[in-house]
Amino acid sequence: MKKEFTQGMRHGIPIMLGYLSVSFGFGIKAVRAGLNTWEASLTSLTNLTSAGQAAGVEIIAAGGTLLEMALVQLIINIRYSLMALTLSQKLDRSFTLPHRMLAAYGITDEIFALCAARVKPLTPAYMYGMTLSATFGWVLGTALGAAAGQLLPASLSNAMGILLYGMFLAIIIPPARKERSVLFAVIIAALMSLICKYLLTFISEGFAVIICSVLGAALTAAIFPLPDDAPAKEAR
Amino acid sequence: MNPTTLIYIAVMAGVTYLIRMLPFAFFTKKIENRYVRSFLHYIPYAVLSAMTIPAIFYSTDSPVTAAVGTAVAVVMAYFDLPLIAVALAASAAAFIAGLFI
Repeated sequence: MKKEFTQGMRHGIPIMLGYLSVSFGFGIKAVRAGLNTWEASLTSLTNLTSAGQAAGVEIIAAGGTLLEMALVQLIINIRYSLMALTLSQKLDRSFTLPHRMLAAYGITDEIFALCAARVKPLTPAYMYGMTLSATFGWVLGTALGAAAGQLLPASLSNAMGILLYGMFLAIIIPPARKERSVLFAVIIAALMSLICKYLLTFISEGFAVIICSVLGAALTAAIFPLPDDAPAKEAR
Repeated sequence: MNPTTLIYIAVMAGVTYLIRMLPFAFFTKKIENRYVRSFLHYIPYAVLSAMTIPAIFYSTDSPVTAAVGTAVAVVMAYFDLPLIAVALAASAAAFIAGLFI
């Protein structure tokens, strides 16, 4: 049990380092949106997600409605449901309901990727260890970015505003290069986002993201449906 | 802390947690519908694309430095470099470009 926990923590170290620098950018962004260091850190501790938080602080800054906030989080983070489903197929027997409810907090893109790639069944201790490393990096980076972002020269903190977007590009470009369908989804969503930004300016930014991504994915799914034979289920 | 901000954060955190927890804890069957599976497969890419464009060009203090950072990120991402390297290089490129304007 203890070994599983420390192994999870160790495997989580690269995630921690990555999160540390990316969340630094989020901290800066949150402060610019009007949050203080505590609020920014609390957001990172309770959400543990990059795109959702970035969109969330924009809604806070714009004074959007709570419904808009809930819908934006739902649309941006719905991918976690699919990851959670995938992981639920390879859980160890020790994963009782309370453990599932607790460990679900740590399902992020990166933790999912490492857990899904693990050959052994997932234990709660392993996921807790990995989540601890990742959360430590994510919250510490946010706090540093929010606090020291104000001390940094403007030229440096301005340049760090692009960090999160750089990471987003690094997530979408490699698969778009390999699969025409993904490229199509990316281009449609980007075109629609441009239209919302410059022509349909009455649509708020949060709703624009929802509309663009739902229509983009719906259209792509209609034109490029996934092969009918779903990837074989992991044996329990 | 501002109470209004705390309510926003609570809603964000609540929705995000439920999205992760409900399927992880309670759903054990497999999604059979091909269209739904396809939609769920493409949604992350569409979301990130819509969030990035055109926002990335407003992410620094000038569209010029943002464009330089974007170009570096696109090239590095095209060659499949690690997320963190792409993010840091985009930022460094924007910073260096800022020194010249």
